[in-house]
Amino acid sequence: MMHHLPILQVIVPLLAAPLIALLRGREIAWLATFIVTGVTFVISLLLYYQVSESGARLVYDLGGWAAPLGIVYVIDAASALVLPIVTGIGFVVTLAARHLVTAEIDQRDHALFFTAWLLTIAGMLGQVTTGDAFNIFVFLEISSLSAYALVAMGAGRDRRALPAAFNYLILGTVGATFYVIGLGLLYMLTGTLNLDDLAVRLADIEQTRAAYMAMAFIALGLFLKMALFPLHFWLVPAYSFAPSAVAALMAATATKVSVYVLVRLMFGVFGIGFVGISEGLGTVLLTLGIIGAFVGTLAAIIETDLKKLFAQSSIAQLGYMAIGIGIMTPAGLAAAFIHLFNHALMKGALFLAIGVIGAQTGRATMRTIEGAGRQIPMTMTAILFGGLALIGVPLTAGFISKLYLIRALLESDFWVLAGLTFVSSALALAYVWKIVEAAWLKPRPEGAPDLYETPMMWLPAWLLVIATIGFGIFASPLINGAVQAAAVFFGGQS
Amino acid sequence: MLHSETLIYALLGLPLVASLGVLLLRKWPNLRDGQAVLIGLLTAACAIEFFARGADGTSLTLLAMTPSLSISFTPEPLGLLFALVAGCLWPLATVYTISYLRGVHEDNQTRFMFFYAIAIHAAMAIALSGNLLTLFVFYEILTFSTYPLVTHKGTEDARQAGRVYLGILVASSVVFLLFGIIGVWVIAGTLDFTAGGILAGKIDPIYVPFLLGLFAFGIGKAALMPLHRWLPAAMVAPTPVSALLHAVAVVKAGVFTVLKVAIYIFGLDFLTSTGASEWLIIVASFSILAASIVALRKTNLKARLAYSTVSQLGYIVLGAALASPLAASGAALHIATHAAGKITLFFCAGAIYVAHHLSDIKDMDGLGRRMPITYGAFALAALSIIGVPPLGGAWSKFMLMGGALDGQHMLVLVVLMVSSLLNLVYLGEIVLRGFFAPAKAGSVADGGYAEAPWACVVPLCITALISILLFFSVDFFILSFTG
Repeated sequence: MMHHLPILQVIVPLLAAPLIALLRGREIAWLATFIVTGVTFVISLLLYYQVSESGARLVYDLGGWAAPLGIVYVIDAASALVLPIVTGIGFVVTLAARHLVTAEIDQRDHALFFTAWLLTIAGMLGQVTTGDAFNIFVFLEISSLSAYALVAMGAGRDRRALPAAFNYLILGTVGATFYVIGLGLLYMLTGTLNLDDLAVRLADIEQTRAAYMAMAFIALGLFLKMALFPLHFWLVPAYSFAPSAVAALMAATATKVSVYVLVRLMFGVFGIGFVGISEGLGTVLLTLGIIGAFVGTLAAIIETDLKKLFAQSSIAQLGYMAIGIGIMTPAGLAAAFIHLFNHALMKGALFLAIGVIGAQTGRATMRTIEGAGRQIPMTMTAILFGGLALIGVPLTAGFISKLYLIRALLESDFWVLAGLTFVSSALALAYVWKIVEAAWLKPRPEGAPDLYETPMMWLPAWLLVIATIGFGIFASPLINGAVQAAAVFFGGQS
Repeated sequence: MLHSETLIYALLGLPLVASLGVLLLRKWPNLRDGQAVLIGLLTAACAIEFFARGADGTSLTLLAMTPSLSISFTPEPLGLLFALVAGCLWPLATVYTISYLRGVHEDNQTRFMFFYAIAIHAAMAIALSGNLLTLFVFYEILTFSTYPLVTHKGTEDARQAGRVYLGILVASSVVFLLFGIIGVWVIAGTLDFTAGGILAGKIDPIYVPFLLGLFAFGIGKAALMPLHRWLPAAMVAPTPVSALLHAVAVVKAGVFTVLKVAIYIFGLDFLTSTGASEWLIIVASFSILAASIVALRKTNLKARLAYSTVSQLGYIVLGAALASPLAASGAALHIATHAAGKITLFFCAGAIYVAHHLSDIKDMDGLGRRMPITYGAFALAALSIIGVPPLGGAWSKFMLMGGALDGQHMLVLVVLMVSSLLNLVYLGEIVLRGFFAPAKAGSVADGGYAEAPWACVVPLCITALISILLFFSVDFFILSFTG
């Protein structure tokens, strides 16, 4: 049984999804989904412990066919770190989905909603576990297609969800197509799709123009999927018009998985020695990352809709991850992994808390939260802590992220970039302060509807807030995990 | 015999206990305030005991995030001096506060007393902090816990001032100070305060002035110009806040941090040998003179005292920038002498307000004859700030001048003298008008003896006497720093 965990990680939610479509009873679809996400979370934790205990990578041959002919699933320190984020966030957000989905989605659509929900999660888990480049594409499409459907389900409350979903679909498809074009070129050059095999064979032919083109297509496709500036325009409408639970799930996990796939292909397949990677892509990531950090932060400062505000902030945060990757050192990559992990926690908490407000008022804006600090203290405090973590205040996970990113930059003598990164992250103070001022320092306007909260509503957000603070205080396990994950790509494996 | 560890817990914990007591006893104002005074006295006793005993290298780690990042407390002489100053003035200020709040019928007294105690807790934690990270965390807690005190009146003016207060203090610390801390961590691999500094030999000297700048301007609480605006803005708060927090705990936490960073992070020898703090001498000198000149032009008593504080804080930053052991000792002593002097001045300003509702100096002609005790204490404290023997302020200025001579900074001597002259003018004016100017007919000042309630007057007499005491027992307070 333990031996089959790598495939169970993906297959459990994948097979559960169509079965849930059949469950039409009230609440039963949610309950089944909740149990399935719980099981996937446990599996990912078991995988993490197996990998971190033994230090070895787990390779699972699908159907008994060995690589490179068969498809393999590989769990190493990097994928073992990303899996618990996806499953853990999936689990907590599913817990919250109970009231969010009841409030926002028509009862008849619940079963279909949770089917798409599990498919998205299964697709993301597949991208992380598989050791086959084409398999990544398949899972990318599984998660994306179901995500388009989930975003479109926001149309029940706001029709603007439909153009947002369509936009997302077109751009997402462009991204996936670019990825598969690049893959086609690689297959043409090497005759294999297995990631390890690709790395070995590419080493012989790496300096050809076709290989550069392949890398460029793949990188561009993944930039689109991870919403790196300036390819981020689909993200803000998609997150802000999606149902609250979907926004929370996607903001916390979807782009992170694309970041992971980018790292896997950049370092695991092309390798640090590949000229296009070491001399080209690094600079591109650093440049776009820092611009994205400023553009996202500044856009967030002038935004008044909370979902859009934090979606813009996600653009900035993805910029920091891009910078971490672009430094091209083990320390930089570790910083990117640390931030990938921490940011998932913060953004999950924030979007869940905003969902509590959005489910009652339709949209959470600066006006609807005026004076809300007294009416829904737990929810607003969760937003405050999430915001503090985004700024990078000590004792939150955000501080650890910032510390390691700045250190990685300084160690590689990127002094100016370190200063800019620091300034842009400190600018987050401006939009967090705006929220504090509206929620606590302004009185509730006359005639504004009363907001309420119950423990079931704020508990999921608080679970993630506690995790954010927990990983800010007891940071060593995460740092070690991230350092090991980075070592996978710098330990001579490529 | 108390263990040092117990004393650390006591200094950190007692103010928290007091704040909790304030919340629990909110229905019984007399009990609520009585326990705050008692716990304040106990805190003062612990602070005195700890200071007298001296640091013995005890370290207390509450949380360890990674091997090089932790929340820990390591008392050392400078920190104990700051704890002593804050701890001893706290119970006096509490007695005064109770009388003041009841005298002018402020609302929300429980909230006020609660945050007052939390602020002292943060100040104690800053004083005892063993590394920069701990210091930073409690520095921010101090900012946030004093915000409700600044905006206590709840008027639009108060909220606007609160915005300036929080804006400058939080932004400067999050942008500059935190960056400086991360920079130190990357360069030195540790954030622990270590005698002799942790940076020597690990950083290219050309970067040192820049790094020092991140600290000098990141520590907004030190009110170095041009980051001083929050301090006059904070004067909108009730006077007890201005007295304890904006003359003692908050601003002293700022300059204490500057001094501590100069001594225990950079190291005095390292600063002198690299000349990295030369620019800071100029900036601090400018701050001293410019703030004094602004103070001259203010006719609101509290605003004048606030600018006087900005100027006096410049002395301490100057002491850190001069980076000679003598100047650093003088700066450390100035933390104590200025605290005693300035809290007295603010107590007097508050007493005048409680008794006669006056806040403008022009209306106070002849008032000294109605309030001889208050004005007498004011005169003593003013003389201490100016630096006239036999008052404590004389020693600290004397040592700072000695430090300037050590480093051949003749211009600094001139700055210190001119500043003393300016102090004499803007503080002396108040005393002279009070005692000797004829009262305007029909004004409040025209009348018989009328002091503030005794609970306001007694604390300010005690703090004035402390200024004298500081002159004669100065041996006890002079710390020596090497390298």
